Amino acid sequence: MNYQEIASKAKTEWDEMTNGRVPLIRIGTAMCGHAAGAFRVLETLKEYMETKGIEANVQEVGCLGLCYAEPLVDIKKPGKSRLFFNNVGPEDISQIIDEYLVSDGYPKEKVFGYLGEEGPQDDEASLESMPGMRLQNRIALRNAGHTSPYDINQYIANGGYSGLNKALSNMSPTDVIDEVKNSGLRGRGGAAFPTGVKWSFLVGSPGPTKYILCNCEEGDPGAYNDKGILESDPHTLLEGLAIAGYATGASNGVVFIRHGHDGPINRTEKAIEQAYESGLLGENILGTDFSFDIEVALTGESYVAGEETALMEAVEGKRSMPRYRPPFPAAFGVWGKPSNINNVKSLSYAPEIISRGADWFSSIGVNQSTGTAIVCLSGDVNRPGLYEVPMGLTLGEVIDDLGGGVSNDGQLKLLQTGGPLGGVLGPDSKDIHIDFDEMRSAGAIFGSGGIIVGSDRVCAVDLTRVLVAFCQFESCGKCFPCRLGMEHLLEIVERIANYESKPGDMDLMKSVGGTMEAGSLCGHGQLGFGPIRSAITHFEEDFRLHIEEDRCPTGSCDRSKIVPKNTRPYATDHVIGE
Amino acid sequence: MTTEKDNLRTSIKEAIDSQKRPTVTVLSSLLAIQDSIGYIPEEAIEEVAVHSNTSINSVFGVASFYPNFRFTPPGEHSVEVCWGPTCHLKGSTEILEIVLAKLGLVSEGDTEDGKVSFRFNTCLGACSQAPVLSLDHELYGNVDSDMAEKLLGDLDQNKTTH
Repeated sequence: MNYQEIASKAKTEWDEMTNGRVPLIRIGTAMCGHAAGAFRVLETLKEYMETKGIEANVQEVGCLGLCYAEPLVDIKKPGKSRLFFNNVGPEDISQIIDEYLVSDGYPKEKVFGYLGEEGPQDDEASLESMPGMRLQNRIALRNAGHTSPYDINQYIANGGYSGLNKALSNMSPTDVIDEVKNSGLRGRGGAAFPTGVKWSFLVGSPGPTKYILCNCEEGDPGAYNDKGILESDPHTLLEGLAIAGYATGASNGVVFIRHGHDGPINRTEKAIEQAYESGLLGENILGTDFSFDIEVALTGESYVAGEETALMEAVEGKRSMPRYRPPFPAAFGVWGKPSNINNVKSLSYAPEIISRGADWFSSIGVNQSTGTAIVCLSGDVNRPGLYEVPMGLTLGEVIDDLGGGVSNDGQLKLLQTGGPLGGVLGPDSKDIHIDFDEMRSAGAIFGSGGIIVGSDRVCAVDLTRVLVAFCQFESCGKCFPCRLGMEHLLEIVERIANYESKPGDMDLMKSVGGTMEAGSLCGHGQLGFGPIRSAITHFEEDFRLHIEEDRCPTGSCDRSKIVPKNTRPYATDHVIGE
Repeated sequence: MTTEKDNLRTSIKEAIDSQKRPTVTVLSSLLAIQDSIGYIPEEAIEEVAVHSNTSINSVFGVASFYPNFRFTPPGEHSVEVCWGPTCHLKGSTEILEIVLAKLGLVSEGDTEDGKVSFRFNTCLGACSQAPVLSLDHELYGNVDSDMAEKLLGDLDQNKTTH
């Protein structure tokens, strides 16, 4: 079948589903929905409809971005707009079904808002008018919350795989790379390296076997956007991977996910299976001479496995420890073959960049940061969520407009951005724009998009201790400056937090940090001192109080804090054969 | 007559052979075994070494590197509490205290009766619902002390009825 045939069949199915005879019920079951109890709601809903003998099409969807409203139940009755019920518990199901599906009313107090051209049924608010939606410009997450991740036809009906079709039928590989270069897309994994330039490194490498690796290790606490894309709309990643494969002449794609994250794993594998069945992966894609295979590889729990060379080690089934460079991955990558590593988000933009053009993408954003930022907003805010907004918004707009301000009427004290190796910013950071370069010069990074908000009840020393404990726990152990340095840093920060600091501790930390920076192979050791450096810069007073006055400004260090330490099993004395 | 050890080896071999992903490695085999029988016994290390044509030491090197592998049979129930920065800011310390006290533990490990296995988790991936607790792989978000008490209390009920 050619693309037009596939697309028209998918479109007919979609129209039948969204405006058919029976109501369409969508429930968000991405990780945010899952943790809020969506699967318990889904189960109750299915049971209740069965007992009542009500016919409806029930679909699991991903995250609309409004995690604070999960579990969200979205009901589309024929001829009516979509009506959303928020924070639904299993106990609310009977009332919602009885009033809205059996009769024609609905429990007003449980309604969140509506979405759709048909307009409101009463005085309910439009989701699009809410700041959490209005400020968003969803590109990578365009289908999240709207289509089922388990159904390739829902993706195709919404323009899916048209970017790949366009690339294969109208563009040369060089055209594709130029388009991505011109779009200004920069890698969303943390380093912000131009994606088109990265792809071009692989072009000249000898084939026929070349790999495009997609990194969804996402071990950063505070970041969930990669998992969010895979759980909400895995096909946008697969299409992006295939486009990257065509552009670079690669033969294989590998999606690298952490073991245990079953939502992203299962949905991606199902999507791969469906893409093969539809002829969108495998031999001679869409009847052209381009062939491309994708598989999923799992890693054990290891933050460092997100580093590109450590990732390749893990794909090969070894300990995820970084390799020496050179040779660089484009020359000698996974299994010794030329490889190119991209983040989920970077690849997920590719389909829309190809369909809508580089100019469209580069018109969004600011300066050298084009496109959107996929922000994982968590911590002390009223509306935590997964928001895709144009680059260039200020951190203040993110916290106040998207996030609804600091929770519990608190004052903003700190922001932790860019993952545990990123930085800590102070309350004066509200005017900083989400711009890769501006954030870097402010001493933080945008990184992979995590923004953790801390109110004035948070102690900077306490937070620093958790960040350092994480980095110590996750050091892979290959380079001793990182392995031992992290342990020293944790020891010192704990001393300070326990009011037992010794004279010279602050200088000692800086000296250890300098050694780590100079003597570590990968970013984990090189950047591991970053959180402490930025915390000391912005919260000198918090540190001073602990050191000189033996007190914590918020009292949180007075309680004994359980922070896991040295629990990595390589410290065990278990010996095989004894 | 087959012994328990033979049965264990059979399940391990089945787990290795039933992997569906095209690329099989030492790590993928170990993950498949842990998914299937819940832990990595010495027999698993040996079988993976034979299957992958490598040494026992290098297989154990991989198994001991990743903290999700365990070397003893797990309890019937698993409890994990996230201690990532967001969960920490949102009160995971209190949740950890309750969970540890309820289970009679001071850190990671199994309860005395071997029924419940407890682990710290660096990020369960649902930071927007922090603090997060995982009970038998079901996620619970916005956990407060009452909810933690109740979830662990329900586990007690389960333990006695089993």
